Amino acid sequence: MPTGVLDQLGRGLLLTVEMTALAFAGALVLGVLLAVCRISPVPPLRLAGAAYVTAFRNIPLLVLLVLFVFGLPEVGLLYPLFATVALTMALYWAAFVCEVVRSGVRTVPRGQIEAARALGLTFTQCLRHVVIPQSLRSMVQPLGNVFIGLTLGTSLAAAVGVPELTGQAQLVTLKYDNPLTSFALTTVVYVAITLTSGVIAGRIERKVAIKR
Amino acid sequence: MASGPGSAARVDALLQLRRVNKHYGQSHVLRDVDLDVHAGEVVVLLGASGSGKSTLCRCVNRLETIDSGEIVLDGTPIPAEGRELARLRAQVGMVFQSFNLFGHRTVLDNITLAPVRVRGLPREQAEARALELLDRVGLADKAAAHPAQLSGGQQQRVAIARTLAMDPRLILFDEPTSALDPEMIGEVLEVMTELAAEGMTMLVVTHEMGFARRAADRVAFMDQGRILETAPPDVFFDRPGTDRARDFLARILRH
Ligand SMILES: Nc1ncnc2c1ncn2[C@@H]1O[C@H](COP(=O)(O)OP(=O)(O)O)[C@@H](O)[C@H]1O
Ligand SMILES: [Mg+2]
Repeated sequence: MPTGVLDQLGRGLLLTVEMTALAFAGALVLGVLLAVCRISPVPPLRLAGAAYVTAFRNIPLLVLLVLFVFGLPEVGLLYPLFATVALTMALYWAAFVCEVVRSGVRTVPRGQIEAARALGLTFTQCLRHVVIPQSLRSMVQPLGNVFIGLTLGTSLAAAVGVPELTGQAQLVTLKYDNPLTSFALTTVVYVAITLTSGVIAGRIERKVAIKR
Repeated sequence: MASGPGSAARVDALLQLRRVNKHYGQSHVLRDVDLDVHAGEVVVLLGASGSGKSTLCRCVNRLETIDSGEIVLDGTPIPAEGRELARLRAQVGMVFQSFNLFGHRTVLDNITLAPVRVRGLPREQAEARALELLDRVGLADKAAAHPAQLSGGQQQRVAIARTLAMDPRLILFDEPTSALDPEMIGEVLEVMTELAAEGMTMLVVTHEMGFARRAADRVAFMDQGRILETAPPDVFFDRPGTDRARDFLARILRH
């Protein structure tokens, strides 16, 4: 296979990694904020959080991508394609991160939260000193799953014209008419990324384990 | 007016509940509850399961909201939200049936968390105080242990020390010994009896009639969300004023 192919796939991989990193970071930040809304004692915030999650979790990512990529320019919001796609993915996966965080928080016995409140800790202090340290561990593996889903999901960006790994594989296929080789190669790369992230999640999980 | 023994009774109670009502959905859980707890007083709240004793305690530090009426601590109505509420809660300790120690923190860190974070006490000072309190509840050697390594009785004594570390004006106990094996009940009641003797203001929900007789200044009897009678323990146990209380005592004392 010509070296140009590897070059092209390499550039695709770089875009995939960038998009994954950006979208995951965005999803984490937004997802945690959403989860805080959903468990806060303020009813409008809870409602807003729930509405967000319902909306974004129930629309296929591909549909969202098409809506954002072709819809935003319609209403006068012009962003670079890559940024639009990364943002869409962050918004989509934030809903899943929110639910992971929320169910992690539920693993902390309610009585401990009441004890913290009864001692005079504020909502944020209670989160920071009682809830988060004890729920972090149960969130690691599900967040690892979100990461894998997000990584593989970036391949949908090819459908709206981002030349990331899958996109490049398609281009290479068109050019050299050798679909098996290029897609086999990309498969290996995706699997390498997801397997590695699984291993890393396991490490992190052991790191944040609670000594008892 | 001259001050004298007579005027002490006129001092407003530290904790006052006035016509407090609370519903859970359709069920009316607290009905026009009036209750005073004076500074230094120990009030034991008795009543059958489901009569609303826990709900009353939880309303006092506003883990639950009330529908009507007023709860006043030292002249100040309990605030609804925010920092004011947190400040009030810091003055009202609560000891739960299920201990509720923070599972990820050592015994020492359980006790110092609130003094450091809520009261802003320097850590060394908070730790010194925590060790003192641990000694007082007989657990000086457990400072570095994690809650899961302790027996129920030990956990509950730590929970009491954790509450004391905030120097509360009033401590609510909601069946503090009900989750304990029989052989551990004594050690917890002993700590509570000492606290009572030292003049701590306490509102105690319990089924330990011995403790009520020994430590209570007054007993309040609750039935279906109402406080039916309030009396000194000897009066209540020997000559209960209502049939409901008589039935309750007969049932409790039979086993
Ligand atoms: N969170 C809740 N939601 C609905 N009903 C409740 C709740 N907590 C308590 N109740 C009801 O309120 C009544 C009083 O309960 P509680 O205060 O726990 O009684 P006690 O402590 O005297 O056993 C009971 O009928 C109980 O079923
Ligand atoms: Mg109860």
